[in-house]
Amino acid sequence: MAHGAHYLNVPLATLNTIVLISSSVTMVMAWASLKRDDFGKFRLYMAATVLFGAVFLVVKYFEYSAKFHHGYFPRTNTFLAIYFTMTGLHMLHVLGGMTVNAYLWGPGAKLWKKDKEHFTNRVENSGLFWHFVDLVWIFLFPILYLL
Amino acid sequence: MSDSHSMDLDKHVRTYILVFVSLMVLTLVTVAVSYLHLPVRQAITVALVIATVKGSLVACYFMHLISEKKLILWVLVLTVVFFIVLLLVPVFTVADRVGS
Repeated sequence: MAHGAHYLNVPLATLNTIVLISSSVTMVMAWASLKRDDFGKFRLYMAATVLFGAVFLVVKYFEYSAKFHHGYFPRTNTFLAIYFTMTGLHMLHVLGGMTVNAYLWGPGAKLWKKDKEHFTNRVENSGLFWHFVDLVWIFLFPILYLL
Repeated sequence: MSDSHSMDLDKHVRTYILVFVSLMVLTLVTVAVSYLHLPVRQAITVALVIATVKGSLVACYFMHLISEKKLILWVLVLTVVFFIVLLLVPVFTVADRVGS
């Protein structure tokens, strides 16, 4: 039976799990900052959220290149096919969440001046997506790497 | 009014930090357990139980499910039930072979 830890790098994935959970906390803190009417803190926490997302993608890039370097490809076996499909799709969702969060941090933040509640709701919704991406990783990590 | 609102948020923020610490601890526990190399059945059970607890923490507190209307919670419970039913469908293909 293919063992996840045989192909995959557990310490790197543990680091990525910690990074993604941290980004979930900064996301919820960004939302709480808006609720407190503290736009400066929101900017800070949102920047941290996007940055943590970027760190996750960079770590994933190194993981993927190590796999390719060892000659591990989706076609190699069923386990690796599932690994690349699941983590690849998850990565795209991270990228999508980062795009929306970056927009809300940058140009999208103009809405705060016009309608605070509307903007806060946008951040909350973007947060719901971001937490869900984190939630999926919470299951992918033990299933792919630890079992 | 505004004061009680911000005090409420302080309580929320404390909860977020507590959830954050719990998620970190559970992550380390699940990794530590994986190094014990338990038999497959136990290893899967432990990993999935920890992941479910972590996932519930995220859904309940970061996604505010715990303070949502109960209806939303029950809709989600229904999806979980159907998800488990789908997972069990392959069991029928095994049962199908009984007697052959």
